[in-house]
Amino acid sequence: MREKDINISRVDWITVMIYFVLVMIGWFNIYAAVYDGQVDKSIFDTSINSGIQLVWIGTAIAIIIVIMAADYRLFENLAIPIYLVMLVLLLLTPFIGKEVNGQILTIGFGSFRIQPGEFAKFATALALAKFMERPTFDLSKTKYQLQAFGVLLLPIVLIILQPDTGTAMVYFAMLIMFYREGLPQKFYVLGIGIIAIALLALGIENNLYLAGAIVVIVAILIMMGKKTPQQIIAFSVIGIALIAFTYSLDFVVSKLPEHQQNRIMVLFNPDLDPLGVGWNVTQSKIAIGSGGLAGKGYLQGTQTKFDFVPEQHTDFIFCTLGEEFGWLGSFVVISLFVAMITRLVLMAERQKNRFNRIYGYCVISILMFHFMINIAMTIGLFPVVGIPLPFFSYGGSSLWSFTILLFVFIKMDSARALQLGRMG
Amino acid sequence: MNDQRPVVIIIFVFVIGLVLLTKLFMIQVMDDSFIRKAERNAIQRVVDHPYRGLVYDRNGKLLVYNNPIFDLMIVPKEFEVGDTTRFLNLFGITKEHLIESYQAARKYSYVKPSTFIKQISTNDFAKIQDFLIDYPGLFIMTRSVRSYPEPVASHALGYIGEISGRQLERDSSGYYVQGDYVGLSGMERFYEDQMRGTKGVKYKMVNVRGIDKGPFKDGEYDTASVAGSNITSSIDMELQKYGELLMQGKTGSVVAIEPKTGEILSMISAPFYDPNSLTGAEFSKSYRALNSLETKPLFNRPIMATYPPGSIFKIVQSLIGLQEGILTPETTFACNKSLVACHNHPSPVNLFGAIRNSCNPYYHQAFRQIINQEVSSNTYKDTEIGLNAWREHVLKFGLGGTLGVDMPNEKKGLVPNSGYYDHYYGNGRWKYSTIYSLSIGQGELLVTPLQMANLAAIFANKGYYYTPHLVKAIDGDKSQIPQEYLTKHEVGVDAHHFDMVQDAMVQALYGTAQRAIMKDIQIAGKTGTAQNPHGEDHSVFIAFAPKDNPQIAIVVYVENAGWGGRAAASTASLMIEKYLKDSISRPDLEKYVITGNFIY
Repeated sequence: MREKDINISRVDWITVMIYFVLVMIGWFNIYAAVYDGQVDKSIFDTSINSGIQLVWIGTAIAIIIVIMAADYRLFENLAIPIYLVMLVLLLLTPFIGKEVNGQILTIGFGSFRIQPGEFAKFATALALAKFMERPTFDLSKTKYQLQAFGVLLLPIVLIILQPDTGTAMVYFAMLIMFYREGLPQKFYVLGIGIIAIALLALGIENNLYLAGAIVVIVAILIMMGKKTPQQIIAFSVIGIALIAFTYSLDFVVSKLPEHQQNRIMVLFNPDLDPLGVGWNVTQSKIAIGSGGLAGKGYLQGTQTKFDFVPEQHTDFIFCTLGEEFGWLGSFVVISLFVAMITRLVLMAERQKNRFNRIYGYCVISILMFHFMINIAMTIGLFPVVGIPLPFFSYGGSSLWSFTILLFVFIKMDSARALQLGRMG
Repeated sequence: MNDQRPVVIIIFVFVIGLVLLTKLFMIQVMDDSFIRKAERNAIQRVVDHPYRGLVYDRNGKLLVYNNPIFDLMIVPKEFEVGDTTRFLNLFGITKEHLIESYQAARKYSYVKPSTFIKQISTNDFAKIQDFLIDYPGLFIMTRSVRSYPEPVASHALGYIGEISGRQLERDSSGYYVQGDYVGLSGMERFYEDQMRGTKGVKYKMVNVRGIDKGPFKDGEYDTASVAGSNITSSIDMELQKYGELLMQGKTGSVVAIEPKTGEILSMISAPFYDPNSLTGAEFSKSYRALNSLETKPLFNRPIMATYPPGSIFKIVQSLIGLQEGILTPETTFACNKSLVACHNHPSPVNLFGAIRNSCNPYYHQAFRQIINQEVSSNTYKDTEIGLNAWREHVLKFGLGGTLGVDMPNEKKGLVPNSGYYDHYYGNGRWKYSTIYSLSIGQGELLVTPLQMANLAAIFANKGYYYTPHLVKAIDGDKSQIPQEYLTKHEVGVDAHHFDMVQDAMVQALYGTAQRAIMKDIQIAGKTGTAQNPHGEDHSVFIAFAPKDNPQIAIVVYVENAGWGGRAAASTASLMIEKYLKDSISRPDLEKYVITGNFIY
């Protein structure tokens, strides 16, 4: 029934092109981040990060070829085994891994090290897709909701233990996929509401104003509602719960580890501690902000190059772009991400089976989260979370895991004509 | 059921993109404060200090140059002291000093360099140079201080020092910043604008640890410093040196002028100080020490001390009398000692004799005629008119006002007018008998040694002078010196009146200053003994030589040295010989002046 797995004309070249453009821009920016006019090393020099990244890019291309050559059913068939192996690796990481900055994130031998946390995203995506593809699986039912969250929660718990809160947060991005797959809207409304109130509670010095506002809103809702006793009681209970939440939040935050507390508080007041916790965000904003409309020109940036921005070639790589290419450069890159995600949504929707679609939305969820949170944190819209910018940030694990994640979906998409419709 | 959800997700992605781009637009395009913050972060403005102009003497000998000195800088973050005792020995500091300096640097910045030990001499630098490599975080920054090959002419040359807060406030040019060096006295101050040069600026990039990362934009915005102008002074260093040798151990002034040009050949203020002491790290300490001395070595006597001119003023009186037609060479007065004291000499005398013998009663009587010309029948009124008319003449001789020498803080001296006496006695309540002391250069008259030297130049020039000045050329170009020094000032006395006066001055030496006489050089001079109510009289002598074609006009003023003929005249004579012949034929006289105790 099938002639050939690889059919070049069925590969979604738009996505592939965007991928390569982003990888190349990223590579140039990694060079800019380490560029030192006094030493003047070539971008290919493997003694600097850009040279090493080129090796990662080369190997990523090899991975792409392997994925495209593989049987399209391989991933579906191996979904659960891959997931289980990954769970074991995550479990073992704290024991056999190497400690860096109090975190044990990598395993491997010598200089070859991988970060299981990065690859676990791919494994979890496959597992979720496999788990949820059953025709009977209905996310509007509590039973299935619990099952889906269970698959998601296992790696989260293991990653938090490492501890790598940033990476763990990425898994919550799967809520986007859940949304597409029919998780009731009320969860999202509730979630957004709680986040909004939390932000307000942390942002407003005096919780009394917020409590007052909640009382007023509840009162208005009661007046406008049916004024039945049940409704009045329900609104009142929600109002009191919200006020209690507001007040308990400060307490909860105070119980968080200090560095996480600071990351949150600095969001509301970047000048809180400009040389300490605020340093990253302040310097990152200075670097990006000084880029102006068209930037300072390639390799002309001063802030990122001279180490004012920490982690500038990994998590803060966007600073180099913002400084040297300005708002126009930011516009191009953000547009490329938006275009890629939009394209992926369209691709996911054209899949003929549920497995492919769910996996596609997992890819969308993860890319979207990384893209949104990474850039938002560099410009002070989100607390500093140590997650890389997909395809951009320096590092093999990050580039490989995003490449695998994306190209497995591109592979599935290119083979969709060979598959039976199983949408039911 | 889920048909609209993919659309919601796409909208969500676009909204995120829009939010990010909006925020980016706000910080990148709308808000330019980040650009300034980035510059403050990474671009360091380094001032390139210009080389201050040098000073040469009139014969091209170096008077002032710049000597490199070395500041030891520290970056606290990188600093490691190692063996403390070895460190303290090497750098010659105490442990307290080390701790104090380190903490000061640390307080300024942990990562940026600041001064650790200021102004290390070349010798000390040579000592530590090889060992610096053992101490990370320490490096040398080179600057320069003023240096003087010969420790002479300190007052005329002046000194430089760090600009004060008040000067900084008054500076309207905006050129100076805290810590800049600026001429504070003498020529250094007067020619500050020419000598300082123009600062250059280098923009260099530094990384987060303050480490130099090369020029910003390949030095596109850098400007090079322009060295200050070199100044050729009119001072003759050999003459100056000789004068200071003669004046050692004395208090007073010597000013020698080239009459034809007004160029100051030598300007001595005794006691003097070594100009090398007011440079570099020792400046504050030395300055305080010098300033507290009772002999006031920092006081620039030739232009700041004012004295009654004494008998030398009689020549001015003679010339005014001649010009006014009151006196003629034949005018004779008796030496009437009841009017004013005098010494023994033949009497009566004519004008020539009066100058030669410095006859006080002659001038008492002559001055009365100058003042009381009976313009008014009221003797008080007549005196007032006469005084003011006389004063106009005197002012033309460069007295009673600043001459405009190229040094700061020149004093005016005093030539009283009628208002001055009105103030003390009341209008119409004083007359000639009140002011007669002026006739012999006493009383209220006050003159600076520079003004006296200028008088000598006027006598030599037969009626004109150029404002005395210390500059001969700027950057080797004579035309660049201030224009006022090229302007001839006439004193309003006809040249022929000077002939007899000059002859009388030559003869005067035989009467009052025989020690000053030289066989082969004809000196015209006049002694003076200025009465000093506080102690021994001041000894003053003005002269010019050779009488025909004068090359040098000089004043020597020695405080508390008694009768002028002895101290001042001898010094002046030796200076003249030194300048005209460049050798001394009278070692005995020289020895007498150098070692002499004039108070006998």
